[in-house]
Amino acid sequence: MTSRYVGLFAVAAAAIVLTGAGISAQEAERKGIPAPPGHVFKTIISGYEFRSKETRALQDDDLENPGFLAVERAADAWKKVEGSEGKSCASCHGEAETTMKGVGAAMPKWDDRLKKPVNLEQRINICRTEKMKAEPWAFKSQALTDMTAFVRFQSRGMPVAVKTDGPMSPWFERGKQIYYTRVGQLDLACASCHERNNGKFMRADFLSQGQTNGFPTYRLRDQRLVPLHERFEGCMFDVRAEPYKPLSDEFLALEVYVAWRGIGLPVETPSVRN
Amino acid sequence: MADKPRIKLPKEAAKGDVIQIKTLVSHVMESGQRKDAQGKAIPRKIINKFACEFNGKPLFACALEPAISANPYIQFNAKVDEAGTFKFSWTDDDGTVITAEEKIALKA
Repeated sequence: MTSRYVGLFAVAAAAIVLTGAGISAQEAERKGIPAPPGHVFKTIISGYEFRSKETRALQDDDLENPGFLAVERAADAWKKVEGSEGKSCASCHGEAETTMKGVGAAMPKWDDRLKKPVNLEQRINICRTEKMKAEPWAFKSQALTDMTAFVRFQSRGMPVAVKTDGPMSPWFERGKQIYYTRVGQLDLACASCHERNNGKFMRADFLSQGQTNGFPTYRLRDQRLVPLHERFEGCMFDVRAEPYKPLSDEFLALEVYVAWRGIGLPVETPSVRN
Repeated sequence: MADKPRIKLPKEAAKGDVIQIKTLVSHVMESGQRKDAQGKAIPRKIINKFACEFNGKPLFACALEPAISANPYIQFNAKVDEAGTFKFSWTDDDGTVITAEEKIALKA
């Protein structure tokens, strides 16, 4: 009898040691980039590092990565003439591979005429309504998300380089305030999970640093590309808060701030996440 | 509107080589189990059959079931004994067929 218990304890102890070793090995594997001085993190880590090796493999292979279906769709749409001006994206911008290089990595960007920052989705729709005189694409529509992914894909591998000084600084501050404000019935701020508890388990999944370098991202859960503001909405819904509207000033300020939190990370669009 | 399927296989292979073929097709794969906001069942719409022919001879085929995710990815191997054309077809529930072709040459 006693020996059986001893055996059980030994097994239990071994299991604890094993799981402990497993977690630390996984953490050691998570590669990040050193953060600039004055940043909230010591090491900035992409959401990629928090995913399973199977999910990472899916992102790494450009054929298997289902996000590329969207990129290819948008490559066709890029050349498609729409609107009363008889223009396509290519009429003004030519080859996206050269003209759009680096554009997505620097978004959201200050717009002097609108006196506010605009993100990639808004910029695409501004082009459509003002230059092409075409109907703007609805947020969450496949067309808009595809094009956003296509433009951002041209910056793949380039560091996120959002500007937060000058006229952007009030937006940055507003975003920061939103990031640290507890909301919803669960009374959680973005920082509660993604700053203080990243790398830990939440239910069956790792909390990431909440980086935006992979967006729009192919979510396995949704089986389609998900734009950033939809993810923001999802997070707010999950903490049982009333989400802001996509493309609202609040989410735009948050996008500016969160982009800064991932400054220097390589753009991974189209990434694959859970 | 069906998008062009994505297919990856080598351009050429030596006689007798076993090559790997990767395919990815864009499809909603609606299972038929889900309900819309009004509570009505969303009709099933999946690709129920995938087939690959090489020079007119069947090479690989499989049946797909409702539990398979959107944008099905299928990977298989083939032994190459001659140069020729792979023909791929994805058959939808509604009878439409998405097709694609890829050529392979023999290494001299």
